[in-house]
Amino acid sequence: MTQTRKLWLFWLFLAICTLTIFIGAMVYGGPLRSQFLIGETTSGHYQIELACNSCHDPFGGESAMQDACESCHSQELKLANDSHPAKKFSDPRNADRRAILDATLCVTCHREHNPEITGLMGVTLPDDYCFLCHQDVGENRISHNGLPFDGCTAAGCHNFHDNRALYEDFLEKHADEPPLKIPTVITVQKPLPAEDQRKTPPLTLTSADAPQDRLEDANLIDDWHDTAHAKAGVNCKGCHAPKSVLGEEAPWADKPEAGVCVSCHKAEAETFTAGKHGMRLRKGLLASHEGLGGFFDDEALSPMRPALARLPMQPEAPDKDLSCTSCHGAHRFDVVKAQVDTCLSCHADEHSRAYPGSPHHQAWLAEQRGEGVSGSGVSCATCHMPRIEVEDEYGLKSIVVTHNQNFTLEPNEKMIRPVCLSCHGLQFSLDSLADQGVISSNFTKGPSIRVESIDWVMNRIKARQEK
Amino acid sequence: MTMKHVLKKSAALAGILMIGFGTMAFLGGDDEAGIPPKDVADMLHTVMNSDRTVYTKEVVNRLMLQEKVIKASEHFKDDKALPLPAQMFRFGAELAAEKTDKFSYSLQSLWPINKQNAPRTEIEKKGLAFVAENKGENFYGEEDLGGKKYFTAVYADVGVVEACVSCHNDHKDTPKSDFKLGDVMGAVVIRLPLDE
Repeated sequence: MTQTRKLWLFWLFLAICTLTIFIGAMVYGGPLRSQFLIGETTSGHYQIELACNSCHDPFGGESAMQDACESCHSQELKLANDSHPAKKFSDPRNADRRAILDATLCVTCHREHNPEITGLMGVTLPDDYCFLCHQDVGENRISHNGLPFDGCTAAGCHNFHDNRALYEDFLEKHADEPPLKIPTVITVQKPLPAEDQRKTPPLTLTSADAPQDRLEDANLIDDWHDTAHAKAGVNCKGCHAPKSVLGEEAPWADKPEAGVCVSCHKAEAETFTAGKHGMRLRKGLLASHEGLGGFFDDEALSPMRPALARLPMQPEAPDKDLSCTSCHGAHRFDVVKAQVDTCLSCHADEHSRAYPGSPHHQAWLAEQRGEGVSGSGVSCATCHMPRIEVEDEYGLKSIVVTHNQNFTLEPNEKMIRPVCLSCHGLQFSLDSLADQGVISSNFTKGPSIRVESIDWVMNRIKARQEK
Repeated sequence: MTMKHVLKKSAALAGILMIGFGTMAFLGGDDEAGIPPKDVADMLHTVMNSDRTVYTKEVVNRLMLQEKVIKASEHFKDDKALPLPAQMFRFGAELAAEKTDKFSYSLQSLWPINKQNAPRTEIEKKGLAFVAENKGENFYGEEDLGGKKYFTAVYADVGVVEACVSCHNDHKDTPKSDFKLGDVMGAVVIRLPLDE
C-alpha cells in the first residue's frame, strides 16, 4: 500500500469517526452536543439549548416547531391578551399578508441560533417590520405622521404581543396620575383565610407526626409550626410520607422530591418550570436519549444553577441547584427570606446590587419592621414574581404567585399593570421603564426620559373636542 | 357472440353508467357535495345573524340603554362591562377558526372603527359596496386567495337598535357619524373553500 493510499484511508477513517460522533451527539445527546450547536441561543432559551427535543422534531416539520413554542408560551400569550394572535392571520382574507410575513408561526419573527440578527425580545426581523401591515397609520393618527417604523416598539409605545398597559383608552384613563400614589400598597395580595374559615384547624407542636427521632430536633419542629403548612393542617407526613389517591402511605423520605410540593402548589410549580429558574426541569426535556445499544441513556437536564447563568452571579454560589427548597428552604419556608435575601445570594448584576438601600428596599425593610402596612414593601419578588389573578378553562379565578419571571420581564411594560401601577402613575412608570439608567440604579433616581404616548392621546382627544 | 351483440351490450352498459354517474352527480356523490355552497353560506348566516341580533337587542341594548344596569365596552374586562356585539361576533369567528377550516367569517365595514376591518380583497370590496347600495340583497362570488379557491358570500349588517347607531356615531375613531336606525353599517363575509 502506497503512502498516499494510507493517508487517504486515514483521512477517510477520521471523517467517518467525526461524522459518527456528530450524529451521535446531535441525535442522542451527551457532553459533546454543546460543541455542535449551530449558533448561540437567545437569553430566553439558552438554559434548555442542550435538550434539542424541546423545540426540534426531526420529522415534525414547522407545525411541530410551532407546537413546541405554544406548549411553553401559549398560556402567557393568553394572559397578555395577545394583540397579534395567530388566529388573526389564519383567515383566508389575510393570505396576501401571510405571503409577506407569516405571522401564524412564531419562527417567522423569532429564529433561534441567529445571534447576529437577533434584536430585543429575540426578534430576528428588521426593526421596522410593523410597516408591512401598518404603513397607512399616519392617515388615522396625525401624531404618527413621518415617524420611523423602527421606533414603534422601541420607545415604550407599542409591543407586538402585550399592549395591556399601552392601549389608547388605558393611557387616557391613567393620564393624570401622580408619580407616587397614596397609599403605596401592592393591590393583589393573598392572605391566609381567617382561622374560622379554614377547612382544617391549625396543627399544634405536639401534633407533629414525624418519627420519634426526628421530633427531637426542636428547631425543626418550631420552624414547621410557624409556617402556613402547620396553620393549614399539613403535618410532617403530608410531605415526608404522603398518601396516594387510594390512601396508601408512602415510606418516610427525609428529603421529599419536588413532586410532593407540586401536589399542592401546582400553579407555582407550573410557572416555575416556565421561568428562568425552573425551565430545565420541565417534563420531557432530555439532555440525552436512550440508544445505540445502551451507549446512551435517557437523561433529563440538570437543574439550573448560577454557574450556568449568563447574568453576573455571586462567586460563592456557582453550583447551587435551583429547586423549591433552594429558595424557600425546608420546614421554615421563609417567604420573607425568599423574596430578597435568597435572590441576592446569587444575583450580582448592577440592578440587583443597587437594590439594597433603594427606595423600594427601604419600603420593604419598613414593612418588615412593622412600620408599613402589608403590601407596602417592594421586594425582588414583588416585581419579578408578583401575585397575579389567573382564570382557568372553566372561568374560575384564583390568585397565585407566578414563579415565571418572564411574566413581567421583557418587554418590561408587562410589569406596569400587575406591579408598577399599584403605587405609581402610568406616565412615571412608562418613563422609568424606558430609562435603562433608572433600571440599572434600581430606581434610586427619577426618569430622565418622557414617553410621549399619553401626551399624544390627550392632544388627539382635545383636538376632537375642539372640532 | 357476434360483434353486433358486443357493441349493443357495451352501449347499454355505457348508458347505465352514464345515468348512474348523472344521478350521483345530481344527488351528490358524497356528503360534502350535497348542499350547494350558497345554501351553506345562507344557512350559516341565518344562525350568525340571529344570534347577533338577539345579543345586540336583548343583552346590550336592553341592559345598557333601556335598563341602564351595565355598559358595553371594547375593553370589557378592564371596565367590567359587556363585550361589544362586534367583539362577540369576532370572538365566535376566531373560536370557530380554531376548530375548523371548512368555513370562515368576519364582520367588515366600509366605515370601520378598526381600520383592519375594512374590505381587503376585491370580492370583499365589491360585495360590501353592493350590499350597501342594494338593501335586502346579498352578494355572492368566487375568489382565489393564497392559491386556494373560495366561495364568498356577503350579507348586509344593519343597525337594528339604538345602541349600534349611537356607539358608532360617537366613537372617536369612526369615519362616519351620521348612521341612522336601519342603515347598512357593514357586512358579514362568509367564505367556504371550494378546493379539496
